[in-house]
Amino acid sequence: MTATLPIPAAAADPVTKPFISVAGLTKRFNNGVTVLDNVSLDLVPGDFVSLIGPSGCGKSTLLKLVSGLSPVSGGSITVDGMTPNNAREVMSFIFQDATLLPWRTVIGNIELGLELEGTAIATQRWSKAVELLKLVGLSDVANHYPRQLSGGMKMRVSIARALAIRPKLLLMDEPFGALDEMTRDYLNEELLRLREEQKWTALFVTHSVAEAVFLSTRIVVLQAKPGRIRRDIPVPFPFPRLPHLRSDPAYLDVVGQVSQALRDMCVESREARA
Amino acid sequence: MKRFLSQLGWPVGVLVAVLSLWYFATKFFEVPAYILPDPLRVISAGWEKRDNLMTAVRISAVEAGGGFALSVVGGVVAAFVLAQSALIRRCMFPYTILLQTVPIVAIAPLILMWFGSGLKSVLLIVFIICLFPIIANTTQGLISVDQNLLNLFRMSNASRSQVLFKLRFPHAIPNFFVGLRISGGLSVIGAFTGEMFASSNAVGEGGLGYSIIYANSQLQTDYLFALVIACAVLGSCFFFTVVFFEWFFLHNWHASAMKPDAE
Repeated sequence: MTATLPIPAAAADPVTKPFISVAGLTKRFNNGVTVLDNVSLDLVPGDFVSLIGPSGCGKSTLLKLVSGLSPVSGGSITVDGMTPNNAREVMSFIFQDATLLPWRTVIGNIELGLELEGTAIATQRWSKAVELLKLVGLSDVANHYPRQLSGGMKMRVSIARALAIRPKLLLMDEPFGALDEMTRDYLNEELLRLREEQKWTALFVTHSVAEAVFLSTRIVVLQAKPGRIRRDIPVPFPFPRLPHLRSDPAYLDVVGQVSQALRDMCVESREARA
Repeated sequence: MKRFLSQLGWPVGVLVAVLSLWYFATKFFEVPAYILPDPLRVISAGWEKRDNLMTAVRISAVEAGGGFALSVVGGVVAAFVLAQSALIRRCMFPYTILLQTVPIVAIAPLILMWFGSGLKSVLLIVFIICLFPIIANTTQGLISVDQNLLNLFRMSNASRSQVLFKLRFPHAIPNFFVGLRISGGLSVIGAFTGEMFASSNAVGEGGLGYSIIYANSQLQTDYLFALVIACAVLGSCFFFTVVFFEWFFLHNWHASAMKPDAE
């Protein structure tokens, strides 16, 4: 399998310029291991692309490279026409842990992004944070400390903080991986609701096939050692998506396709080892 | 309040029991007062010499408090420098360990020789003895910030000073207080040690350490006991002051300062 791909449905539209363009991307760690090998991927505005694959396939690394937190070894990445380092103002990163500052209240945590960004006027920051809290439904706990919140609530604070700076791109590294399934489903629905309101583009790393299918416009399946794009599966369901999509046969069919792709790789690597 | 009293009841009961045992043991075995005075004699000796006692406490408190304050300032500055880079830490940290490993009684005579007897030398001894726990713990707090939090700040194009003041310093506060607790207790020991070498400017008048040695030489064992108790009380005052500030700064958010059932 090579990295050349069928052009995804959305990108085929000639007027839509890619929002993120990853071309011939290679990443080698200092110890010589090639994590990503010649990966090319375009996202159009409004895309919600999930990266899925076995551990070691470089999906988190790809996210770090797009965010500019880690330098590329070869190839190029542009975000909104800029290099990742220059595009930081248009993107937010949501980590697997909520990464809240424990000494700040919920509202203080949401204000952090605005503070660092340089929104100098405190009342302005505050009113923006209040608005965000309302958006994620956490107004009741505005003055609580992170310690007092459940895992799901912490993650909602983390999302609110990321959205506070009005990003065009949201990078998410398994944000719901540590949550129980019910909370995860609920937050998936919340995330899509926020997407309807704010219209950002998303690059989303996950281990959960069901989650990926529910959220995404496309699912990119990566293979490991070295990390390459194995398949690019479009998810055709229209937005807004409602919870009962999860029991729709068409949904289950796509889940089946993605699972099959993952299983194939698993079998191959086992055979290769034998 | 009722709960507080019932909790206080037990330690107070133990105190009364120990004091009674002490009192009756000295009576029963007819121990001479210069070997082991009974508790009532200790109290009356302390009361008779209350002026001397309070002077001693005051002198020691100034020495311990002053040296402690200096070590807090010096320790935080040193920790800040050490936190700047792994290279600086590798170069300097072995030498800060010397502060901990060289016995203070070994260098006290040198300090006395260089700075003469009196407050200055004692302050320096307290400073040295208190410095290491503050440096070690604060440095640890400054450098052990979660990588993802640092990434978060980087993603927001945070400046170096923003990372320092909004992330590293608040993160280091719990560790800083661990250092303060240890040093708070050590400061009184430091003052005591310092005084044994370098306190006296006038015969018979000095801090607790000096007074204890003086009382011992005069076989005023009952007064000596009163001084030892004053020493313990002074050390506890330091400790609980630190604990109060620790509670004040951490009780909202840090696990160590919260009640287990807090919600």
